[in-house]
Amino acid sequence: MHGFANPTRFLAIARPVTPWLAAAGVLLAGYGLYAGLFLSPPDYLQGETVRILYVHVPAAWLGMGGWTGIAVASLAQIVWRHPLAGVAARAVAVPGALFTALCLLTGSLWGRPAWGTWWQWDGRMTSMLVLLFLYFGYIALANAGDERSGVSRATAIFGLVGAVNIPIINRSVVWWNSLHQPASITLGGSKIDAAILYPLVFSALGFTLIFAAIVLMRMRALLARAKVEARLRRMAAA
Amino acid sequence: MNPWPFVIAAYAVTIGGTAAAFIWAWLAMRAAEKAAAGLRRER
Repeated sequence: MHGFANPTRFLAIARPVTPWLAAAGVLLAGYGLYAGLFLSPPDYLQGETVRILYVHVPAAWLGMGGWTGIAVASLAQIVWRHPLAGVAARAVAVPGALFTALCLLTGSLWGRPAWGTWWQWDGRMTSMLVLLFLYFGYIALANAGDERSGVSRATAIFGLVGAVNIPIINRSVVWWNSLHQPASITLGGSKIDAAILYPLVFSALGFTLIFAAIVLMRMRALLARAKVEARLRRMAAA
Repeated sequence: MNPWPFVIAAYAVTIGGTAAAFIWAWLAMRAAEKAAAGLRRER
């Protein structure tokens, strides 16, 4: 991990990788969404509404995965003082918040025809909304600090403590009686038929690669801005 | 209830939101790296 501690070495890898991640992500997500809309069959109970699965589930995974990334990066910053950890955590925050908001929006659009309501204050939806507010708090804290590219120690601690919400989201459908269905895909396997499942694999992988490309671009922007600021400060001091 | 308006709206907000975030990140990166390269040339 410390092999990437040098920003120059990181940039030498990130620059060529970014367009490939983006291109592969667009192709995979594009095919996944096409197959989800036109090739997969309707569900025997939910009918055509089930097609929202192919955008809702990747958004939920990336919203939760984003905060998990922030927590891991925050730990690396606090414990190992990894110089790029704060930059990575800060870069994840905005796309993580976006996909959490998309999960809530698409969930609401799924809930109306499936449950007859746009919103329910149950464990899953409320804990996901809390995650969105955690992202907003993290972004505000990160922008308030005077760090040139990374985040302050207080922001990193916030990122670490906020991770307590991730297992709550994951277990919410088990702990509380909810309109939201229990997990269909677990580490033990999937309860979804292969004809409905395969577009989800493509769209989840595609959106993950697009998310990674956005994070790399955000990191490159933060590092470049830090370089400009440092140079301007040196010029002002000279 | 016709499900298609809900399905289309869900796809539209996801594709639109992702595309907007991607373009915003790309423009911000391009501007920042251009500024950094400009300062390097000035030195």
